[in-house]
Amino acid sequence: MNTPSNAVPESFTDAKVTPPVTRATRPFYSSVKRELWEYRSIYLAPLAIAGVILLGNLFVLGAVPRALRNASLDPALQREALARPYHFAAALIMGVAFIVSIFYSLDALYGERRDRSILFWKSLPVSDLTTVLAKATIPLLVLPVVAFAITVVTQSIMLLLSSLVVLASGLSVTTLWTQIAVYRSSMMLLYHLVTVHMLWYAPIYAWLLLISAWARRAPFLWAVLPPLAIGIFERIVFHSSHFAALMHYRIGGGREAVDSMQGNSPLDPHMHLTPGAFLATPGLWIGLICAALFLIAAARLRRHRGPI
Amino acid sequence: MTVIEARGLRKAFGKTIALDGVDLRVEEGRILGLIGPNGAGKTTALDAVLGLIPYEGNLKVLGRDPWKERDLLMRDVCFIADVAVLPRWIKVSEAVDYVAGVHPRFDRAKAEVFLAKTTIRHTSKVRELSKGMVAQLHLALVMAIDARLLVLDEPTLGLDILYRKQFYDSLLNDYFDRTRTIVVTTHQVEEVQHVLTDLMFINRGRIVLNCSMEEFETRYAEVTVRPEQLAAARALKPIHERQALGRSVLLFDRVDRQKLAALGEVRTPGIADLFVAVMGNNPGNPAGQAQGAAQ
Repeated sequence: MNTPSNAVPESFTDAKVTPPVTRATRPFYSSVKRELWEYRSIYLAPLAIAGVILLGNLFVLGAVPRALRNASLDPALQREALARPYHFAAALIMGVAFIVSIFYSLDALYGERRDRSILFWKSLPVSDLTTVLAKATIPLLVLPVVAFAITVVTQSIMLLLSSLVVLASGLSVTTLWTQIAVYRSSMMLLYHLVTVHMLWYAPIYAWLLLISAWARRAPFLWAVLPPLAIGIFERIVFHSSHFAALMHYRIGGGREAVDSMQGNSPLDPHMHLTPGAFLATPGLWIGLICAALFLIAAARLRRHRGPI
Repeated sequence: MTVIEARGLRKAFGKTIALDGVDLRVEEGRILGLIGPNGAGKTTALDAVLGLIPYEGNLKVLGRDPWKERDLLMRDVCFIADVAVLPRWIKVSEAVDYVAGVHPRFDRAKAEVFLAKTTIRHTSKVRELSKGMVAQLHLALVMAIDARLLVLDEPTLGLDILYRKQFYDSLLNDYFDRTRTIVVTTHQVEEVQHVLTDLMFINRGRIVLNCSMEEFETRYAEVTVRPEQLAAARALKPIHERQALGRSVLLFDRVDRQKLAALGEVRTPGIADLFVAVMGNNPGNPAGQAQGAAQ
């Protein structure tokens, strides 16, 4: 059947429709796209919070020329006053993206069993591992990228509006632009997202995905209560809190390894980043190994699980 | 070529035995109806064939082990498991895009042609479609896939008679071409009688009847017996007897039609009547254990 005359145009149209995607990666690519269709909150929630931030920012624009005029102010304090809304915006958008990640991960492999659509997905030639990896891509890659893009755009709009207000009040924008340092703080944001949200939190998302593949009901409770129970058990029986400390270490974001200034905003442009120390932290690699094991287990579970 | 071959297929869920040593052989180009009461093991058998559950015994689908080689097998096998498994949030256009993205044998143009014959709009979400339209959409997606085996588990459950009829008409006219194979389970047996080429009854995890439709038509005869000949008819050992409009209707297995014609009006029974007869009988009954060749 496959005569050259009809094989050539076929592969030609294929190449035209999706040029960067090869046959082997197409199911994966389509599966990621599918997640974005189903969970529109992946981009709508950060966009909505960005809208709220921009709206709120309109009311405080008047404070920017005041902060610039106040020459008596210590430069560090001035910077803080000017940069605070930008850090706040970034933190809010990241926070929302993190919350979406958690709820997405808990529902990703549970929802398809609950609404029986797993029978439809399983009728197509997409392996369970491909499906699980596509779903893991959302919290591990898509949401950090979405959070980064939306934050940068939001901050740029904020800076643009501030600059207009500053110019209108007859001041120079130079101080504002040096103090805000959008480019540098964007790079800090990117560093924070990659180190903490992608790499350090990977086992958290993978654990939630595993529970969502396993639980027959209430995946949130199954994800949260057992670690809590272990912590309480350890406290009562051994009067120690190693497990609780471990959980705190993970959820706290491994800040001691990521950068030098704990307690400060991760976007502080004067912060000293320590990527070498971060990469040398055993906790990072143990976490990534756990994440990989959880995902493999989730794929195996999906293989055996039908609708609930 | 044999599409499905099972020997001693067994599956137990805890203490419940869903499949109890099933032997089964389906050749290419057949349309097999798998008929059985609720809980007979139909869905379990199909799940095993589709590689959705592990099993004991030998099973080959298109020469592959469905549990171990499921990902490869799904390129050649399609299924509609139950109605309403299409996700409710998906748009019609997204469903087409997704299947086109993941299935190497999906022909988008074909799917569009099928959809154009319906009133389904591309911008609609599945949750906005009626049950019948969802079934049409699913069938359009499945029929556009160049698969060798299509498995349908209660594909028309809950649809009205017009949709049901249209469903099987499309399947026969636009899809089935003698090189494909279809396995279907349904409770609406009267409606598939003219569709099937093979018939299989399953009960309590065992196959209780297995014959081709040609064989079914020559083997079984239903006679509306005239009252005065009832005793003579009963002497021929009918496998089932029922009353209809005050007359006795007797079902015979492998009894000469000439002989039966003398007793009353003879016709080929409906699958439903045979089903009632076979299921109503003791599993130890010779008729219940009758095994015809599938091919």
